[in-house]
Amino acid sequence: MTLPQQEIPKGGSFLIQETEPSSVFTPEDFTEDQKLIAQTARDFMNREAVPKLEQIESQNWEVILGLMRKAGELGLLSIDIPEEYGGLGLDKTSSMLISENMAKVGSFAVTHGGHTGIGTLPIVYFGTEEQKKKYLPKFATGEWISSYSLTEPDSGSDALSIKTSATLSQDGKTYLLNGSKSFLTNAGIADVYITFAKIDGEKMTGFIVEKGLSGIQLGKEEKKMGIKGSSTRTVILENVSVPAENVLGEIGKGHKIAFNILNMGRFKLGAGVIGGAKQVITDAAQYAKQRKQFQKAISEFGMIKEMLGEMGIRAFVGESMVYRTAGLIDRIAQKSDGKNPQISLSGIEEYAIECSIIKVYATEILSYVTDQAVQIFGGYGFMEEYPVARAYRDSRINRIFEGTNEINRLLMIGMLLKRGMEGKIPLLQAAQKAASELTEGSPPEESSDLFSHETWLLRNCKKLLLFAASLAFQKYGTQLEEEEELIERLSNMLMEIYAMESLILRVKKRLEKQKDKIELYSALVNCFLNDTILRMEVLGKQVFAAVSEGDMLRIALTALRKWLKHNPVNTIPLRRKIADAIIESGVYCF
Amino acid sequence: MRIVVLVKQVPDTAAQIQIKPDGSGIVEEGLKYILNPYDEFAVEEAVRLKEKISSSELFVLTVGLERTKEILRTCIAVGADQAVLILEEGEPLDPFSTAELLAKKIESLHPDLILSGKQAADDDMAYIGGAVAQRLNFPFVSVVTQVEILENGKKAKIKRQIEGGEEIIEVDLPCVLSAQKGLNEPRYPSLAGMMKAKKKEIEVIKAADLVPDIRKFARTKLERLQPVPVRPAGKILQGSPEKMVKDLVRFLKDEEKVI
Ligand SMILES: Cc1cc2nc3c(=O)[nH]c(=O)nc-3n(C[C@H](O)[C@H](O)[C@H](O)COP(=O)(O)OP(=O)(O)OC[C@H]3O[C@@H](n4cnc5c(N)ncnc54)[C@H](O)[C@@H]3O)c2cc1C
Repeated sequence: MTLPQQEIPKGGSFLIQETEPSSVFTPEDFTEDQKLIAQTARDFMNREAVPKLEQIESQNWEVILGLMRKAGELGLLSIDIPEEYGGLGLDKTSSMLISENMAKVGSFAVTHGGHTGIGTLPIVYFGTEEQKKKYLPKFATGEWISSYSLTEPDSGSDALSIKTSATLSQDGKTYLLNGSKSFLTNAGIADVYITFAKIDGEKMTGFIVEKGLSGIQLGKEEKKMGIKGSSTRTVILENVSVPAENVLGEIGKGHKIAFNILNMGRFKLGAGVIGGAKQVITDAAQYAKQRKQFQKAISEFGMIKEMLGEMGIRAFVGESMVYRTAGLIDRIAQKSDGKNPQISLSGIEEYAIECSIIKVYATEILSYVTDQAVQIFGGYGFMEEYPVARAYRDSRINRIFEGTNEINRLLMIGMLLKRGMEGKIPLLQAAQKAASELTEGSPPEESSDLFSHETWLLRNCKKLLLFAASLAFQKYGTQLEEEEELIERLSNMLMEIYAMESLILRVKKRLEKQKDKIELYSALVNCFLNDTILRMEVLGKQVFAAVSEGDMLRIALTALRKWLKHNPVNTIPLRRKIADAIIESGVYCF
Repeated sequence: MRIVVLVKQVPDTAAQIQIKPDGSGIVEEGLKYILNPYDEFAVEEAVRLKEKISSSELFVLTVGLERTKEILRTCIAVGADQAVLILEEGEPLDPFSTAELLAKKIESLHPDLILSGKQAADDDMAYIGGAVAQRLNFPFVSVVTQVEILENGKKAKIKRQIEGGEEIIEVDLPCVLSAQKGLNEPRYPSLAGMMKAKKKEIEVIKAADLVPDIRKFARTKLERLQPVPVRPAGKILQGSPEKMVKDLVRFLKDEEKVI
């Protein structure tokens, strides 16, 4: 089944249908405006933030707030705020490009992201007219900073279990809030806390809590492993009296706000961490070029090339996934000409699976890239004087906040099954079809089509996951939730599929338009596909062994062998080619 | 007050410039172009004056190609009101002809103040400000680091740097000033400014429509560009200290003939 170009695919449907290269959005499709916006963010970071790195890292709040205001002047806080409230009301791709370019200073990226993302969006999407008028113009300029206040000491991943209470006063004019919130980004510099509490112990509801109300107490700045130049503190609420008009959204629907905003946060975080990865690759390439051992630049050693090459491949893959998703959301938002935030919200909701995928996959790419960068720097990488030590420390939080990677793995599979059961996507039919093709699967004849073998493999990986998931479902039924190790493996397969597909589609689309560097871009595809197929094989076998036995297991393994039939590629020269491109240009160069 | 800023599009100062094999110019493929950095100071100063002096109007003016519109948009994004491109797509003009075109257009704008960068970062000629002033018979002050408008816009007090000190000059308006680094800290365009600039109409005048026989004004001709000769590789002396000293003395005496 191939999509007609204009039809907007359903969230999660990438697993059950094929996509045309022409219908995906890729970084090669950035408009002039989007490039200008990226350039503005890049210039801002280089000219304003990077020179103040020391002050940022030592928590000089005056400097940090000054930077936020400067960012506000330039419009870097306003992308997601509609024009009528002092913002620019631009597309999500632009918003991603800003996040991506903020990553140069991890701490500041978190301050910026905490404010513009999870801090601002709840009011954009759920605020009343009065609330929008009151807060958004000040958020756009950076005059007021916002903090998102959900987590509590005893309620982290299990966000619905919060205990903070809200009680309506007798005159019905105010709510009394009691409880404590922990690990709040921007807590120390915030003017507004988007706070979640339960009315009558059950109705989870959002509140806009302004700083300075009596009964609000801030804990000390947490001493953190990374992003040290961002504020993270506890907020204790003791009989804080919040006006009833500060209720955000519907009473009892706070979880909707919390989860939608987290989706958005995940999606932006994806772009942010890919920006970080690209920066670190550039740092590592520069260093490897000038560091000499054994009378050679270390960039000439095979193992260093292997690292740089793989770092480049993964960042490219992550970038392809991130902007493909941004394009999907923007296509939904375009229906309203970007004017109606509710519609882009429905876009985020539609692609919640993809948002979780991006969050997990991209943050793990960043962890890999920063770890290898420290290795390339050797002992110097361990020294705070060099940039990669900070990047390494800063990267770690990304796998924890905005929903831990474990929670997001559970979510993506849970949402996929739910969408299938609700009939939003024909998952069941696709799984049945996969099962009926168990015995099919000889590779296609040699074809002159670009990446025909890789596309065939990708198609089969989808069958593999569908079949594995249906066996798992047959065995455990609704108890499958309890089998987290299985879900983890299924989610890894799902992510690899989105990764491979986004990569192939992007490169195909690029090569259809631009004929230069065919070998380099083909190397990206061939290398990644080769290695991912090996990973898929392991995952597939592990799942099959866990969910079937006897004849069924034998059938499944036979199918797996057929579906993943692939002569291993010699990836050494391919990865070298990619590394050489990075080394020669001295930057992430794709 | 009516202010005109003269601007030029130049190759990115960070770019590696390659000279064409025949020496007729530089290789333009893949080159990124920017607003001449010294012009940024001129534009910023003009925007600040405009912000200070009510009912001011700020024009930016350039001679260039279709792509030169980019820098005009940058100027609009930071606060210019009107932008004019004098389009000349033939062989590059000599500075004298460029000044003639600019002066011709400036006459119709009746400005009180004209600003430019002190020189262009590509050819470093530092010619246009003075030539335009000469042509319009306006006073010219170069390498300016501070501007203060006096007496309701009749005069200006100017600071400029000289060897070992500063010179303070009073000048009659209209005049031409060329901006030096340090005049101010240029702002860069906000996203809202860029969105505005995109929608703004840029006035385009063909050079030939402005001055029909413009090529006749040329007084200089670019003969050829050539690369700076490559420096020969250094020499490393080896052996015992005595031998190295001996070799060094011989080298300085016999080969380089410096002692
Ligand atoms: C620097 C920083 C900034 C933050 N900023 C904010 C903010 O601005 N606003 C805000 O509200 N919160 C913020 N947080 C909180 C953050 O979102 C939580 O730390 C996160 O959601 C995890 O919760 P937790 O720390 O309680 O860990 P826990 O939930 O206790 O998790 C501990 C471990 O158990 C795993 N786990 C939990 N449940 C399951 C499960 N069902 N299956 C498998 N594994 C599971 C987790 O993945 C994790 O590995 C921030 C945290 C930090 C460190």
